[in-house]
Amino acid sequence: MANTPSSSATPKLPIYLDHAATTPCDQRVVDAMLPYFTTIYGNPGSRNHRFGWEAEEGVDKARRQVAALIKADEKEIIFTSGATESNNLAIRGGAIMYEKAPEGSGRPRGHIISCAIEHKAVLDPCKRLQKEGFEVTFLEPPKDGIVTAEMVRGALRDDTVLVSIMYANNEIGTINEVRQIGELCKSRDVIFHTDATQWVGKMPSDVYADNVDLMSFSGHKIYGPKGVGGLFVRRKRPRVRLTPLVDGGGQERGFRSGTLNVTGIVGLGAACEIAGREMEADAIRLGKLRRKLEESITSRLDSCQVNGHKEKRLPHITNISFGFVEGESLMMAVKEIACSSGSACTSASLEPSYVLKNIGVGDDLAHSSLRLSLGRGTTEQEIDYTIEKVVAAVKKLRELSPLYDMHKEGIDLSKVEWAHH
Amino acid sequence: MAYGPKIIDHYENPRNVGSFGTQAEIKQRKDVGVGLVGAPECGDVMQLQIKVGKDGVIEDAKFKTFGCGSAIASSSLATEWLKGKKLDDAAAIKNTMIVEELSLPPVKIHCSVLAEDAIHAAIEDYKAKNGIPSESPAGAKA
Repeated sequence: MANTPSSSATPKLPIYLDHAATTPCDQRVVDAMLPYFTTIYGNPGSRNHRFGWEAEEGVDKARRQVAALIKADEKEIIFTSGATESNNLAIRGGAIMYEKAPEGSGRPRGHIISCAIEHKAVLDPCKRLQKEGFEVTFLEPPKDGIVTAEMVRGALRDDTVLVSIMYANNEIGTINEVRQIGELCKSRDVIFHTDATQWVGKMPSDVYADNVDLMSFSGHKIYGPKGVGGLFVRRKRPRVRLTPLVDGGGQERGFRSGTLNVTGIVGLGAACEIAGREMEADAIRLGKLRRKLEESITSRLDSCQVNGHKEKRLPHITNISFGFVEGESLMMAVKEIACSSGSACTSASLEPSYVLKNIGVGDDLAHSSLRLSLGRGTTEQEIDYTIEKVVAAVKKLRELSPLYDMHKEGIDLSKVEWAHH
Repeated sequence: MAYGPKIIDHYENPRNVGSFGTQAEIKQRKDVGVGLVGAPECGDVMQLQIKVGKDGVIEDAKFKTFGCGSAIASSSLATEWLKGKKLDDAAAIKNTMIVEELSLPPVKIHCSVLAEDAIHAAIEDYKAKNGIPSESPAGAKA
């Protein structure tokens, strides 16, 4: 048809394509939460009255909803304030529980394997443990961004106590060999943690089939509320133990003291139940839109690339680098599209994305990268508009770019003697 | 980054974008001075070109910039200011004048410095091509 409304009309602006950062809370989730603010407001720790019992029922239901989504037992779910806390509890709590030598003994306390392109909420707890006497290997993935079981096998040592490898990368959307890494860790009696913040609720999860011991996830990435998340802690073959980070009232079987965030937990549960029903259809629809976005942009512009493995990736995240344009001006040119940039040039640091750098994307390309992440509310009309905007923005900036001229004239930019300032 | 209206205007409607020829052509043209400053890995490259008449007045100016919104605006503004100026008056343009005119935020002052460098480099290039003695230290050359 000549005039399909989906491609000709302008969608409501700005367009939100930053779902890997956070998602809107689903109205059905909000509806489930509301009574727990004002009516069912008891403390689930209050064992002596109806107010406490009803709140506890809400929490128990949420625990079942979460457990069902990842095929765990409800007793294996620990509620936290979010994936950052879950990662800290898993890594720090796990490493200290299973350490080979005590702190101050002068011997290495144990060895940890993680990866250079993990989220900071994994890297930083690992680095702190490094300062406190653990040894950490940060695997460096190849250009496709995929962490394989072979890479982990090569780094395993007799004193390895913990492996922490994310399920899927938050910046480039690539999916690691989690099941195989889990199998390997199981065969070597090493605790395996995976940060599944971008995976759970988007793709089918099965903690036992994946041989996962600890798995972090978050509410606000899956259309639930912010400030709540969870950690799966395996209870059989083996029963995983952790040293708690927060001591107090002994809630969450002692793993995480503190009065439960009942409203948030109820919301997380509702979000998981909805995800269980809808994520498959969402993944198919968003995967098609993402491919349309990638294919349209890369076919209409030269000198651009989709970062990370082309197939082993989440349906809803793409990361594209554009040569010969600068990051901040690119973000200005696509200001109607809310997305993330590989560039940190607007902040105090001039360092571009460490994830892109680590998979071999050059500094210049890393600076001029866009992460576009789609969500449940994303429409084809929005994607069509985004394609036009991004293509026009890059073309406009290349019109302005002396580097693109030189490139077209066949000048090798790496051979030019630049006047550094 | 929150930019003022003048930066946004120059970014959205850049003045005098272009070049007086290919890199090879402008190297040969004696009436054109070229200043190419910055480096890709620093995130800014400015190319400023001036076309100078026989009377020593800048008839036309063009720019191309790879860089942030402030870098684009600074070089766009520079081309406006250069047109119609004698070389000596053009050389007197200071980065602080660009900062003031555009209300550049403090973290973007280096963009105005780069624009001043580009102006000097273009003038020096023109002088060198035409055997006119240089009065200030030589700027960066392409």
